Amino acid sequence: MENQEIKVQVNHLTKRFGDLLVLDDVSFNIKKGEFVCIVGPTGCGKTTFLNLLTRLIEPTEGEILIDGEPADPKKHSISFVFQEPSAFPWLTAQQNIEYGLKIKKRPAEEIAAQTEKIISLLGLEKYRHAYPHEMSVSMEQRVVIGRAFALNPDLLLMDEPYGQMDIKMRYYLEDEVVRLWKATGSTVLFITHNLEEATYLAERVLVLTNKPAKIKANIEVDLPRPRKVSDPEFIRIRKEITEMIKWW
Amino acid sequence: MSNNTTKLPDGVADSIKIEVAARKKESRQLLLISIISVAIFLFLWEFAVRIGWIDSKHLSAPTTIVETFIMKLSDPNPEGGVLGTHIATSLGLVLVGYGAAVVIGVPLGLLMGYYHTFDKLVSPIFEIVRPIPPIAWIPLSIIWLGIGTTAKAFIIFLAAFVPCVINSYTGVKLTPAVYLNVAKTSGASTWEMFWTVSKNYAMPLVFTGVQVALGNAWSTLVAAEMLAAIAGLGYMIQQGRLLARPDIIIVGMLTIGVIGAILTFLLSKLENHIVKWRSRS
Repeated sequence: MENQEIKVQVNHLTKRFGDLLVLDDVSFNIKKGEFVCIVGPTGCGKTTFLNLLTRLIEPTEGEILIDGEPADPKKHSISFVFQEPSAFPWLTAQQNIEYGLKIKKRPAEEIAAQTEKIISLLGLEKYRHAYPHEMSVSMEQRVVIGRAFALNPDLLLMDEPYGQMDIKMRYYLEDEVVRLWKATGSTVLFITHNLEEATYLAERVLVLTNKPAKIKANIEVDLPRPRKVSDPEFIRIRKEITEMIKWW
Repeated sequence: MSNNTTKLPDGVADSIKIEVAARKKESRQLLLISIISVAIFLFLWEFAVRIGWIDSKHLSAPTTIVETFIMKLSDPNPEGGVLGTHIATSLGLVLVGYGAAVVIGVPLGLLMGYYHTFDKLVSPIFEIVRPIPPIAWIPLSIIWLGIGTTAKAFIIFLAAFVPCVINSYTGVKLTPAVYLNVAKTSGASTWEMFWTVSKNYAMPLVFTGVQVALGNAWSTLVAAEMLAAIAGLGYMIQQGRLLARPDIIIVGMLTIGVIGAILTFLLSKLENHIVKWRSRS
């Protein structure tokens, strides 16, 4: 892992809304192909942080570099899986997955190949022509996640994508996201407030403080996959993170 | 979903069969009740005219109306045109005025909803024009355009234009931010965000507007054809009044109603085809 190149560099990122300091001098790196989870208390400026990373808003100070260049959605591919359902209702499952690739004007063969790959990874062959209103919430979210992975993004941001799912569905989807991540080699930044989820998914967990958000700790999770929540080492790491945030 | 070929146990299949049969029977009974009520209504109407409770100068009997309808299919008398000519004239007029309203109004509304500057540019004028009823434009249209087809089409255009603009505008304005953000983070340009997201999101509301516009256009027809006309369903009704022929008036009215219903039906077919993604809950 040490020799891997750095994909995303976040340098001294600061955001103020007027006098309100939301994000205070946050710096970290993400390696290519790494799966990083960010945990932080509700209202710690998490959304602001994500909006900065996707360039939906501009930082007050600091910079975000992807492959050494300032992040730009037009140049880089940054995918975002939002918390709320965001599959386009006027597109079928397949068309939703193709969407980003079409916007990026990738060649037709690549779009077809990549879409097929994602559809088969998700096991959505039967439902490729279904519209979101014909799907359950979890299936819609899977389509959205497929759409995000289809781009082979430089950076894939996920904002509590399983916040609305029940526990059984979560386990299933967490395994699925790991499968997609492995198959596409994407670099993933996954936000959650579920510490077990973070320990289960991440190679590294970044713990944020209360507002103004800073990075409080950086915890490596070097466990083999598939992970077991009952593994003593898993429990130790989860407890370590829990200790760190008891003071929220 | 498309492939629902699961085999049901026998008992379940039977009970579904019974249920379906019972529902069919019920809907047949309801239909019968409706037919009977219409029949009684028509009978009383016919009866009232026949025995002179209602003066046939005021209201024709249903049988007379049917006779007049059949006669008007081939006979241009007394007002000067067969029914087909009137229908063609009116349809032509409505399709020109309405077509122009849709073609201009929908894109205008969509762009007003999306581009803030464009909105500020156009909205004030639109807001002034919006509350004026289309019929109030008749005198000005005559001064500007005379009393020909153009003036009539113009009035129909005005009637249909406003709902086209308003609904398209509202549809775009209501686009949830999350969809726009998905497009934006995918690297879509401002135009691509409009074209791939807002325009599509707005479509159901656009169609509602286009439906309302059709109703407006068709109902303004009679008023528009009060301008000197030589044919048209509105003209036919007016002539019926001048000739004291309630049967002609009623045939005209019913034709307007039926054609309006057909157009609405066709438009909703088109809507179901284009906006097939919408959930019909």
